[in-house]
Amino acid sequence: MAEPVIRVEQLGKKYRIGKAEKKADTIAGAILNGLKSPWTNLKQIQNLSKLDEDDDSIFWALRDVSFEVQEGEVLGIIGHNGAGKSTLLKILSQITEPSLGEVRIHGRVAALLEVGTGFHPELTGRENIYMNGTILGMTKKEINRKLDEIVDFSGVEKYLDTPVKFYSSGMRVRLGFAVAAHLEPEILIIDEVLSVGDAEFQKKCLGKMEDVSKNGRTVLFVSHNMTAVQNLCHKGVVLKNGIVKYNGPIEEAVHAYLGEYSNQKKELLANGQQEFENDHIRFISARILNQKTIETTDDINLKFSFEYKGTDTPLLDVTYHLVDEMNTLVFVGTSGYELNVRPIQKQLTFQCIIPGNLLYEGNYKLARLLFVRDKGFMLLNINDALSFDVIPSGTGNFGWMGKRQGVVKPKLKWTSHT
Amino acid sequence: MQAHVTIIRATRGWRGVNIKELIHYKDLLWFLTVRGIKAKYAQSVLGVSWAVIQPLFSTLVFTIIFGNLARIDSNGVPYFLFSLVGLVPWTFFANTLTDSANSLIANSAMINKVYFPRLVLPLSSILSKGVDFLIGFLLLVGFLIWYQILPSWEIVLLPWLIGVLLMTSLGIGMILSAMAVQYRDVKHAMSFAVQLLMYAAPVVYPTTNVPLPYQFAYSLNPMVGVIEGFRSVFLHTIPFPYVWMLTGTGVSLLLFVFSLFYFRRMERVFADVA
Repeated sequence: MAEPVIRVEQLGKKYRIGKAEKKADTIAGAILNGLKSPWTNLKQIQNLSKLDEDDDSIFWALRDVSFEVQEGEVLGIIGHNGAGKSTLLKILSQITEPSLGEVRIHGRVAALLEVGTGFHPELTGRENIYMNGTILGMTKKEINRKLDEIVDFSGVEKYLDTPVKFYSSGMRVRLGFAVAAHLEPEILIIDEVLSVGDAEFQKKCLGKMEDVSKNGRTVLFVSHNMTAVQNLCHKGVVLKNGIVKYNGPIEEAVHAYLGEYSNQKKELLANGQQEFENDHIRFISARILNQKTIETTDDINLKFSFEYKGTDTPLLDVTYHLVDEMNTLVFVGTSGYELNVRPIQKQLTFQCIIPGNLLYEGNYKLARLLFVRDKGFMLLNINDALSFDVIPSGTGNFGWMGKRQGVVKPKLKWTSHT
Repeated sequence: MQAHVTIIRATRGWRGVNIKELIHYKDLLWFLTVRGIKAKYAQSVLGVSWAVIQPLFSTLVFTIIFGNLARIDSNGVPYFLFSLVGLVPWTFFANTLTDSANSLIANSAMINKVYFPRLVLPLSSILSKGVDFLIGFLLLVGFLIWYQILPSWEIVLLPWLIGVLLMTSLGIGMILSAMAVQYRDVKHAMSFAVQLLMYAAPVVYPTTNVPLPYQFAYSLNPMVGVIEGFRSVFLHTIPFPYVWMLTGTGVSLLLFVFSLFYFRRMERVFADVA
């Protein structure tokens, strides 16, 4: 195999946290520490016999991270907030140094961790193009050559000589991305800058991004958007708590991420907690019965168990509010529309199927789970009971990013007559 | 494409300045400088005239207080000219100190998002102050013509004076900017420290007022040689102060070299603590 374009070997980055050995950040504090220094020195010497890394004031944002990227490969780096993605990007783009390990990069790198870095509100659009471009490592000559293209791409030519402070935020983002899109590095490192701008502009950006990867350039892409990652990347690295959990083909990486490392909560058990019980209801459990990761075409099986503590036999129903990542209410599910259940036995179980081909890919939450009597009187409310991820089914993806428009994605029955 | 290899690893200790890289980023330096100038005078009625107003009004106030009321010796030239000639280089020095001390903090968003040689930040804040200096200098020339004073032949040494002025400003500026990232005290201290520092330089009084035994220690401040040099060249107050200039040059050279290494040493933690 050819020499990799990027070789990351045993990369580690530690930060000092906590107060045990806090470095003073004011001179007054430093003087105070200076006065206390004999004491702290003593402690430090005592600590020498202990392992340095067991010190609880040291936090490893990255630890023993190794991977390789071949020329022309598009690598997705996925992981939750705090998994170390940003730290890794900052090291790869030379913003900060690693504490351990080494990275070897062959070729010119452009890192895009933000759109429009260095923009100054008082400068005009044109001036900011030069400002931003040179920060990203372009020369004035290069920008001169590409200015028309950049302006054209951004779609703000009318306001080019207006100070940027009068721009809308959308225009600013467009201008920033336009500059970035015209970088011509051999290796491109991109953070989640794609999640900005309106739908139409996003399409434009994504088209440009696809071109870049199709031209055989190496791309490192960090994102939460699994659809985008799946569609763009060939390989994926999953980070968790600073450690590489998976490194391999992108489909498996996405599954590994969603299956094990996402913030899904597929089961909620009462475990005798006070908040799940009152005079009327004793909540027992809520479950998602699907074993595998849920694809957009899959039915989703929900099961709720509880005990009615009263002695009468009112009408009982289970109601839940399903919300998406943006906290938009997708629908309210109520058993009361379909069933009239009275507690003949103390313990009751309700099951509900959310049909496939309804939800978009993404993370969903049962924001409220309500137990209601007589179709109007609430007995118990549980917030954020369950949450689950829906991933693209692999077939029928529409568009590169799967940019969602609307709340649901139903499978409609279409016919055509000619 | 294999020609360009970057190795990223933990570095330790002191390291030199990567001149090649700095040259690659010369356009960034230029645009940051322009940005500094334009942003400063944007949306202001008087605009660049502020570069005239600042030294002019200070000079007037000093002339009234120190010249007329306190009757401080001005080596036999009008006190107005005496203090103006001192204030032009001093204003540049003071402004660059405050500005470059803040240059890294003010741009911490950039430091955290993009890699570029951090040195361009204090460098550009000094360059953008150069415009103010130039305007102040022209003001001075105007008054010299008005008063019909010809400079001495030592005017050929002007580049030396300005060189030491630049080196000193840049040196202290870089040290302060690197310190300010970790110790925000610098920022608080700068605003009044600069005012107090003025009295440690011969801005409102002549060096000849300093008792002879202390004059050498006094001239370790590179601004002493610079300011007295300016006065000697333009106002013939004293013979050209070669000794002070030589000590000043030595001190500022040491400062400058130290500041480069200090900056580079601190640079690696900027993104982590900024």
